[in-house]
Amino acid sequence: MSHASTGPAPAEERRSLKELAGAGVGILWAALMRLFEPPMAALQRVLGIGRMPYLFLLPNLAFFGLFVITPLFINLGYSVTGGTDLYLTERPFVGAEQYGFLFECGNYLDPTSCREDRFWRGVYNTMTFVTFQVAFMVLFALVTALVLNQEIRARGFFRAVFFFPVLLSPVVVALIWKWILLRDGLLNAMLLEMGLERILWLANANWAMFWSVFVSVWAHMGFYTLILLAGLQAIPPDLYEAAEMDGTSRWRAFWRITLPLLWPNLLVVLVLALIRAVQIFDEVYVLTGGGPGTATQFLVQYIYNTGFANRVQNFGLASAASVVLGVVLFALTITQLALARRRDGAA
Amino acid sequence: MTTETAASTTGQGRAPQKGVLMGFLTRRRGGKRLHWTDWATYAYLAFGILLMFGPIVWLLMSSFKTQAGLQEFPPTFLPLSQVTVEVEGNARPLPLFRVTMEDGSVRELAEVRRIGIVATMIDPANPDERLSVPIDAREPIREFQLATENYTTPLEQFEFGRYLWNSVFVTVIATIITLVINSMAAFALSIYEFKGRNLAMGFIISTLMIPITIVLVPTYVVVASLGMVNSLWGVIIPGAATPTGVFLLRQYMLTLPKELIEAARMDKASEWQIYWRIVLPLSLPALAVLAIFSIMWRWNDFLWPLIVLNQTEVYTLQLGLNAFQGELNTQWNYVLAMTVVTLLPVALVFAFLQRFITTGIASSGMK
Repeated sequence: MSHASTGPAPAEERRSLKELAGAGVGILWAALMRLFEPPMAALQRVLGIGRMPYLFLLPNLAFFGLFVITPLFINLGYSVTGGTDLYLTERPFVGAEQYGFLFECGNYLDPTSCREDRFWRGVYNTMTFVTFQVAFMVLFALVTALVLNQEIRARGFFRAVFFFPVLLSPVVVALIWKWILLRDGLLNAMLLEMGLERILWLANANWAMFWSVFVSVWAHMGFYTLILLAGLQAIPPDLYEAAEMDGTSRWRAFWRITLPLLWPNLLVVLVLALIRAVQIFDEVYVLTGGGPGTATQFLVQYIYNTGFANRVQNFGLASAASVVLGVVLFALTITQLALARRRDGAA
Repeated sequence: MTTETAASTTGQGRAPQKGVLMGFLTRRRGGKRLHWTDWATYAYLAFGILLMFGPIVWLLMSSFKTQAGLQEFPPTFLPLSQVTVEVEGNARPLPLFRVTMEDGSVRELAEVRRIGIVATMIDPANPDERLSVPIDAREPIREFQLATENYTTPLEQFEFGRYLWNSVFVTVIATIITLVINSMAAFALSIYEFKGRNLAMGFIISTLMIPITIVLVPTYVVVASLGMVNSLWGVIIPGAATPTGVFLLRQYMLTLPKELIEAARMDKASEWQIYWRIVLPLSLPALAVLAIFSIMWRWNDFLWPLIVLNQTEVYTLQLGLNAFQGELNTQWNYVLAMTVVTLLPVALVFAFLQRFITTGIASSGMK
C-alpha cells in the first residue's frame, strides 16, 4: 500500500533528475562555446564575414588532411621502401620490390607455391569468407525484413530483437560466442544431450570458418535488415491491394512487385556488405585468433600482423598489402556510390 | 527530408493506413483465418528471439556463476552454487551433499575429503561421527546464488577499473570533439555561399572511401610523430572528423530558415554566436543522432586502439577484455562478467534511444 501512495513521487523525481542532467550538460556545453566567443569575434573582425566559413571548416579539414589524406599518400611511399625504420626519411627506396614479393607465385591458385604464402592464404580465406558471409547476410537480411514487414504484433520489439547485436562491440560478440563454442560449452552440452559426439568447433579449420561467417552474420544482419525494411515500407501498399483484387498469389506478388521495387536497395546492401566483409578483422580475431593454424587469417589480420604484431615490424610489406586492399575497396565503393545515386535518384 | 524518413521507418506514419488495408485483406480472405505464411512468420520470429537473445541470456546467467559452477558439465541454466556449512574443527566451510545411505534413508552430510570414489563425510549436527560414502550415492545440494564477486574483483583488484575509466574518457572527449568540429564544418557548408564549397564537400565525402584498414601504417606514423602512441589522445584525435557526421548535420542545417540568420546578423550577432546560439540548438535532433553514434563507435572501437595502445595502463575496456581472454588460463568467470560490463552502456543507450539509432541508420546508411 505504501508503494502505491509513493508511486508517483519517484517518477517525478526521476524526470527532474533527467532534466537536471540535461541542464548540466547544457551549461557545460554553453561554457565551452562561450569560451570561443572572444577569439572568434576577434578573428571575424580581422578576416571579415566572407572568410568565416573557411575558419569554420578549418578544424575538420585539418583533421581529415592529417589523419586520412596524408596517410593515404604516405602509404604509397611506405609500400616502395624497405627496412624496419618507422620514419619514411630513414627508409631505403626499394621500388616495386614489396609488391614483387607479395605477388611472386608459382601458381596463383596454390598459396603454398607463393613466396609470401601467408598473404595469399589471407587472400583466399578472405574470398571464401566474403562469398559465404555476403550471401548469407543478404539472404537472411531479406527474409528478416520481409517477415518484419508483415502485419505482426509487437513489430517494434521484434525489429529491436534482430537489430540490437549491431550495436555490440566485436569483442563482446566474439566472447559471447566463444563461450558457447568452448569444448565444455553450451553447444557441446546440447550435442551430448542429443546423443551426438562432442565437436571442437574452433579447433577444426572448416568449423572455424563456418563460425566466423555465422557470428559476423549474427552480429551485422540487423543493420542490413533495417535498410531493406525501409525499402519495403516505401513500396506503395495499393500495389498489393490491386494485386489482391486481381487474385494474384502472394508468391507471385513477391516476384512481380516486391523484388523489382526492392532491387535498388538490395544492390546497395549487397555492395555495402561486400565492402565490410572484405575488411573483416575484429570479431574473428578475438573468436579464433586467425586459427586453427591460418584457417581464419584474413587480409586485414595479415596487414596487422606484418606491420604491428610480428616481432619484426615490416611496414613496407604491410603498406603494400594495404594498397592492394585499398584498390579492391575503391572499386567496390565507386560501385556503391553509383548504385546509391541511382537508387536515390529513382526514389 | 530526415523527418519524413523518420516517420516512415518508425512505422507510425503508416500504421493506421496499413491496419485498414490488412483488415480489408483479411475480410476478403474470410474472417480471421491465418494463411500458412503467417505461421511461418511467427515460427521465424520465435526462432529469431531464441537465436538473438539466447546467447545474451546465457552470457548473463554464466557471468553470475562461480568458477566452480562454470566448470560444471553439463552446465546448469541458473547460477547455482553448492551449499556449504561451517562445522566445528574444520577451518573451511564444507560442501553439503544429499546422500542415499545403504539402508535407503536420505541424510544431508558434509564432505571432509574425497579419495577416489569414496568420500569421507560427517553429519554437521554430529561432527564426531565419520562416514565413508561412495560418491555415486550422493548429490550436491545447491541453491540459487549470484556470484557478484565476478564483477567486483576485476574492477577492484585487476586493472579493469582503469580500463573502464579509459573507455569512458575516450568516449566522452572524442564525442565532444566530434560534435564540435563536425557541426562547425556542417555550419560552414550549409549556411554560407563561398568559393570552394563544393570542393570542400567533395573532399569530405571522398574520405568516406578511405577506411582505417587501408591506412594503418601511415596513420600510426602520423600519430607516432605527434608523440601520441600509448596515449588516449592517439585514439581520440584521428577519428574525430567523420564524413558521415558532417553529411548528417549539413542535411539537417540546410532545412533551417535563412531569415533567422539574417535577423541575427541585423542584431549584430557574431558568426560564432549565430553558430552556437541559433543553429546548434535548432539542429539538436541531428546532433543527438551523431552523439549517439559517436558514443557507440568510440565505446566499441577495437582495431585502432589495438594498434596505438600497447601498454596495459592505457588499455580501453575492449583491449583489456581481449588481452584477458587471451591469457593461457582464461578465468572465464571474470571474462564473462567484464563482457557484461562492456555491453551494458550500449544496451542502455539502445533501450532508451533506439528510435534515434534506427532513424539515423535508415536516413544516412551509416553505422
